[in-house]
Amino acid sequence: MTPHGNPEVPASSAGAVESSAAKVPAGPVSEPSASPVIEPSASPVIEPVEIPVSTSSTSGVSTSAVSTSSVSTGSTSEVSTSSTGNVWPLWEVFVRSSRGLSHVHAGSLHAPDAAMALRNARDLYTRRNEGVSIWVVPADAIAASDPDAKGSFFESPQGKDYRHATYYTKSEGVKHL
Amino acid sequence: MAAQNLQPVPEALSPEEQERAAQLDAEGQAYFDHVMAQDSRIEPKDWMPAAYRKTLLRQISQHAHSEIIGMQPEANWISRAPSLKRKAILMAKVQDEAGHGLYLYSAAETLGQPRDKMMDDLIAGKARYSSIFNYPALTWADMGAIGWLVDGAAICNQVPLCRASYGPYGRAMVRICKEESFHQRQGFEILLELSNGTPAQKQMAQDAVNRWYAPALMMFGPPDDDSPNSKQSMAWNIKRFSNDELRSRFVGMMVEQVRVLGLTLPDSEVRFNDETRKWEHGPLDWEEFKEVLAGRGPCNAQRLERRREAHDDGAWVREAAAAYAAKQARKHAEKEFAA
Amino acid sequence: MNSESVTTPETYTEAHAAETTGHGDISVGVAGSGDSSASATRITPGNALRPEDIALEVRTGLVKPSEDAAEYALRLGDDALILAQRLGHWISRAPELEEDVALGNIALDQLGHARSFLSYAAGLDEKSEDDLAYFRREHEFRSAHLFEQPNGDFAVTIARQFVVSYYQFELYSRLTQSTDATLAAISAKAVKEVDYHRDHSAQWILRLALGTEESRARIIHGLKLIWPYVGELFVDDELTHRLAEAGTAVEPSSLKADFDRLTGEILTEAELEVPQVPFAPGGGRRGKHSEHLGYILAEMQVLAREHPGASW
Repeated sequence: MTPHGNPEVPASSAGAVESSAAKVPAGPVSEPSASPVIEPSASPVIEPVEIPVSTSSTSGVSTSAVSTSSVSTGSTSEVSTSSTGNVWPLWEVFVRSSRGLSHVHAGSLHAPDAAMALRNARDLYTRRNEGVSIWVVPADAIAASDPDAKGSFFESPQGKDYRHATYYTKSEGVKHL
Repeated sequence: MAAQNLQPVPEALSPEEQERAAQLDAEGQAYFDHVMAQDSRIEPKDWMPAAYRKTLLRQISQHAHSEIIGMQPEANWISRAPSLKRKAILMAKVQDEAGHGLYLYSAAETLGQPRDKMMDDLIAGKARYSSIFNYPALTWADMGAIGWLVDGAAICNQVPLCRASYGPYGRAMVRICKEESFHQRQGFEILLELSNGTPAQKQMAQDAVNRWYAPALMMFGPPDDDSPNSKQSMAWNIKRFSNDELRSRFVGMMVEQVRVLGLTLPDSEVRFNDETRKWEHGPLDWEEFKEVLAGRGPCNAQRLERRREAHDDGAWVREAAAAYAAKQARKHAEKEFAA
Repeated sequence: MNSESVTTPETYTEAHAAETTGHGDISVGVAGSGDSSASATRITPGNALRPEDIALEVRTGLVKPSEDAAEYALRLGDDALILAQRLGHWISRAPELEEDVALGNIALDQLGHARSFLSYAAGLDEKSEDDLAYFRREHEFRSAHLFEQPNGDFAVTIARQFVVSYYQFELYSRLTQSTDATLAAISAKAVKEVDYHRDHSAQWILRLALGTEESRARIIHGLKLIWPYVGELFVDDELTHRLAEAGTAVEPSSLKADFDRLTGEILTEAELEVPQVPFAPGGGRRGKHSEHLGYILAEMQVLAREHPGASW
């Protein structure tokens, strides 16, 4: 069929949306260190452990849960995660924008259970083709590093230049190194 | 953690505890000040001054409420949209507003306030939302004027907030601004079609612009000399430009765009001040603004009632889904236990 | 969209491309990291068959429906249009904000199908989708009564959606094999969306039926209200005979067994029974409608008819 985009304007303008949109960083972005001493909210990723939550999805969205991650948006103990009364618990949503890329935190939503959380996430966070896969995680299942400990928690890597290729200057100019 | 700050404080702290708490606060404040000075971001679990948290919570939740209440004047026209294309566009737009409300409520929740509490406050009339949605959408041209003027003003306000100092707020604004880029354009196109249409259509367009112009300018908030909290908010980087600054920029954009539309702004005093290098506009009726804000606008009661009704009518559905989830979880647990 | 690469002074390190609108850049003011192209807000218009594509093909004379195909497309289009009109009412009134968005998506899907089918039908005598939607009279519509039923409470809406989506799924699945290339193409796009509608309604049937006593009573009542209009969906007539013979469409009655089996599975899981109610005679395909359609059209058409010939 005819190319996508507004049919009333040349198709190239639709492509422009795509290419420009792809470049805007969003979601949990780790900030560059402003000073070597105090690191404002770095977000190192503690290896996520994937646990299948529900595989009954008929909509083709993959499901897994991350048990640990340093995503900072999140659970507060005020938000009940047990489904009581008519208040639905909070879920964190992670979207893989295309094959080969990581799932990225997109935001959160409320849903009564994992199955509905996935569907709500599909409806809310992928209305404009933002993703090819979705994870939902109960907000209170996320363990996060202690922000008050950031000085000590993230101090160790500082100054260990020898972990980086740039430390090794003598080999500069040598091919294939 | 947001929750930690909200936990009840024990009656009496030992002198050592008091000293330790004071020390933590001092360290937190120093770090917070550093983040502000660097124009960096505060994240939910960081220490933050109580007033910062409170101001943010009010600002973000009011913004969320505005999106949700703001659905109504436009939703009322979905059923009557004069072409199927316009019907689809309007539906998608109003639906986006629900989405934007959700993104913002999520951001507010990271400050420790559950969404249902915010919703309760809204329905109880205890929370504020953008006053402009208390005006009625009387004709189809209002869909154009709301998109062009109201969303235009909102975008003016929101684009700088993509760099708000509170991480979740800024991120929500990025998503919203990207999605909203179509909202203003579709409004502009509605007006353009009407303006180039029959005399009756053109008149409908001009009438809508006349009615929405002043309320849209007032969306930026009171004049700077009557906006006592602005300074603090700007110091906290949760407000990037002053009300008057944004209003002036907005007027400048509208002056250009209204010409393309072939319509006029209902303001004979719009001019560019060569000395200040700023756009100026005629006087605004701040008494009316305050009246509407205080609940005495044309649609205040109606808007709240509609939200309350949807919320109340939906209670049994939310209960059912929650009960089902609890039952399934129990079943699952029993199976695990048996195995 | 007007976009270009800009450097924002607020960023600490490398310049990054940011989206710009007439209002300035939308940037988070911090540089990306990790797999920098990973983004949760990357948006694209996608690549699929749109109503405008059909309209263009019809306008340029690339395709033209047979008289039978046009009449058939009118039935499918009217069903979807009237349902979209009904569902649109939920936006700003749903039980929870997430559901506002979900029902809005379903309404938009249905409206998209309606526009495609009507654009095609309109090709018969050089009309447009809007001519058909806004300037036909009640008896000229071809929607079945089921689609005209009022929203009622959320349970009635879900009951109606449950029947509709399982019916449409069976129908569109088969129409992807239609000898009419346009009907096949529209159905191929629609069937994927309707598949999700099935899932959405089935999830809610389960939750309402097995949730609370009140919700169970309401969904039982909702299904009972809706079920009389199931019969009409599967009635064959001369048009469907001819189209089935030509391979353009299938006999509605041929969908019934699969519909019964699949809806039956969900109802069983939900511990519900198929309502034992007699079928209403229907008549929408011949222009004999429920009492509701007049009100629906009065509201839908009022503005367009006030300004005949106007462009919007």
